[in-house]
Amino acid sequence: MTGEIGQLALCLALALSLVMAVSGIAGARNGAASAQAIASGAANGLFVFIALAFGALTYASIVSDFSLLNVAQNSHTLKPLIYKISGVWGNHEGSMLLWVLVLAVYSAAISWSRRGSSQLTSAALGVQGILAIAFLVFILLTSNPFLRLDPAPFEGNGLNPLLQDFGLAVHPPMLYCGYVGLSASFAYAAAALITKERDWARAARPFMLVAWIALTLGIALGSWWAYYDLGWGGFWFWDPVENASLMPWLVATALLHSALATERTGAFRSWTLLLAIAAFSLSLIGTFLVRSGVLSSVHSFANDPERGVFILAMIVGAIGGALGLFAWRAPSLEGGTSFEPASRETALLLNNVFLVASTATVFVGTLYPLALDAMTGTKISVGPPFFAITFAPIFIALLLLVPFGPRLGWRRGDLAAALRTLAPAVGIALVTTFAILTFTSPHTLAGAGAFGVAAWLIAASAIDLRARGLKTLQAGALASALAHAGLGVTLMGVAGTTLWKSEALEELGPGETMSVAGYTLRFDGVKAAQGPNYDAARATITVLSGGREIAVMHPEKRIFPAEGQDTIQTAIRTTIVSDLYLALGDQRDKGRWIVRAYVNPLAPLIWLGALVMALGGFAALWSRLRVSRTAGAAVPAPAE
Amino acid sequence: MTPKQRRRVAFVAALVIASAGGAALVLSALKDNVLYFYSPSDVQSKHVQPGVAFRIGGLVATHSVHRGENAGVTFTVTDGAAAVPVTYHGVLPALFREGQGVVALGALNDSGAFAASEVLAKHDEKYMPPEVVDALKRSGRWKEGAQ
Repeated sequence: MTGEIGQLALCLALALSLVMAVSGIAGARNGAASAQAIASGAANGLFVFIALAFGALTYASIVSDFSLLNVAQNSHTLKPLIYKISGVWGNHEGSMLLWVLVLAVYSAAISWSRRGSSQLTSAALGVQGILAIAFLVFILLTSNPFLRLDPAPFEGNGLNPLLQDFGLAVHPPMLYCGYVGLSASFAYAAAALITKERDWARAARPFMLVAWIALTLGIALGSWWAYYDLGWGGFWFWDPVENASLMPWLVATALLHSALATERTGAFRSWTLLLAIAAFSLSLIGTFLVRSGVLSSVHSFANDPERGVFILAMIVGAIGGALGLFAWRAPSLEGGTSFEPASRETALLLNNVFLVASTATVFVGTLYPLALDAMTGTKISVGPPFFAITFAPIFIALLLLVPFGPRLGWRRGDLAAALRTLAPAVGIALVTTFAILTFTSPHTLAGAGAFGVAAWLIAASAIDLRARGLKTLQAGALASALAHAGLGVTLMGVAGTTLWKSEALEELGPGETMSVAGYTLRFDGVKAAQGPNYDAARATITVLSGGREIAVMHPEKRIFPAEGQDTIQTAIRTTIVSDLYLALGDQRDKGRWIVRAYVNPLAPLIWLGALVMALGGFAALWSRLRVSRTAGAAVPAPAE
Repeated sequence: MTPKQRRRVAFVAALVIASAGGAALVLSALKDNVLYFYSPSDVQSKHVQPGVAFRIGGLVATHSVHRGENAGVTFTVTDGAAAVPVTYHGVLPALFREGQGVVALGALNDSGAFAASEVLAKHDEKYMPPEVVDALKRSGRWKEGAQ
């Protein structure tokens, strides 16, 4: 029964998305309030029916209804409840259903928004309707989660144990809120082109901010999961699937900055439209890369090339359609005030140039191997060294310029005054670089320089806040200071871990010790342990520092009988300034085990910085929603 | 020029300079930093030189895994037509098994064995790295649906 309800809800949702697309566009063209009201109603109905379908699949998974093929393939009666729920989006069909659910949430939110003209909202709903049609047809034809299995098996296949983890339960919904959130700015951009509405960026801003916050947190969660779950001690592998989420983030960051100028002075109007289109296109490309099976990566799951062709067709349709609309209509949206070379606009322009250039390097590094394979059959891979010499210099150059933006005025800024204000930050950065270079080893200029840049970002943010006056501070100014300081914190974490990481690998028997970075690790043996749906080999390792016992850690190796797979459960002891990280390897003869230990100095700052950046996003969002509630459109936008 | 034209010229110039710089960086980086993927048959037919880093992929030959002193391990990677011995020092991924697909990163040493610095994990049981599938297809050992 649940399956039929879900199936029916999806079909009704498809019908509603057709209504939404047609009436949304019609309402935008002729301004008829009735058509606009129908589009709004359809958007809310779409949300209700997709939520119903999603609820049906979740229910089937919770009660282990193995007459559904999807549940039988991905679930198991012994799986803990939280993973029965998160297992819904741990597979292809369910994750596509989650995708349209998020799309429907954003559509409903657009219909409630009063920030744009009624025509603009209507056209945006029309565009969202078109996207919903494409994805619903995709689900119903190639990825239907409600297919029946007859006879129903007694037990399900279980969920990949690597996915039975809290971080990975939250990571996909967060990332999808970001990916699909960019559909809202895409829809508003297309709507602006359809209705020739010049003031679209103000209406789209909250959606851009939500998408950006979700992407920031989603990427950070994914990286954190890779860090503690894969047992390799690394946080970023320049893996194609990671790159696929980084590219929309970079372009969304550029979009947030460029839209600020468009909104405030009308500058970069066409460019901002293009960025909105590009950001969502990169989200679609990310989906294609993950879901088509063209990639060999640690993220690749068994999947189906035909779905890839369908998603590819959607990408071509979305990019082609949007760019066609852009070429046709953008000239009529031109115009804005001019600005001097030393101004906020120039700073935002440089921000965009560097962000787009760095996106281009990631794009080439990710897609060149695919293109080469498709054309010549030569198989290559592009690893971290490539990104270290292409992406890193461009991004560092960007970071050096970041603090100037908030200190320069719109249209005409005072560069000398900005430099005078920021002089203490320059001093702090130079002292930091010099201190790291002198007092720590290895003595590398690049590593010390990275700390200098991080100090520059954090100090400049603090100075900016102080100069604005803490008592009269606007949330917008706090937003940029937090976001920029967060970048510095993350950079510090990345530099510290990369520069000072220690690693040790040894085979240990009971009572034997190994040492890593000043710690002595005593192996006290391995005991069998039981989890809800796994058996574990649980090691006890006593950590000694200066002869004193400071901790007892328990890295595990887990065996999931239902899935026939092993996973590593790392043990991490963190002090914020440093992580001690243990992973249990293979068993050798007579109770001897391989133990891998890392000390990762400053590693937690990587994710802490992302959190600070996201807080900046929340501050910006709060300032926007508050301004619109208290005074409407008349209040000038704050200086984010 | 009007201010608007000037602004546009400045923007285009900045974009051109940045993309030219980016392209130069990217091209020089690509020249030196790509890793080729070879199957065991490729390794034999292409006479890959010792010390040149590449990725190798195939199946872990049955009964070929030997665990040696202090976390050392040796195994053989085969695509059915050819086989290459691999040495590795470290923790093998949890899904490493005899008869399963594997991708390793490293270089040949002077004795013709592949010294791996990384052995890549698969994410799930059903998944086979596309390169391995391709290598098996080329050597005629791939059976559709038989994984």
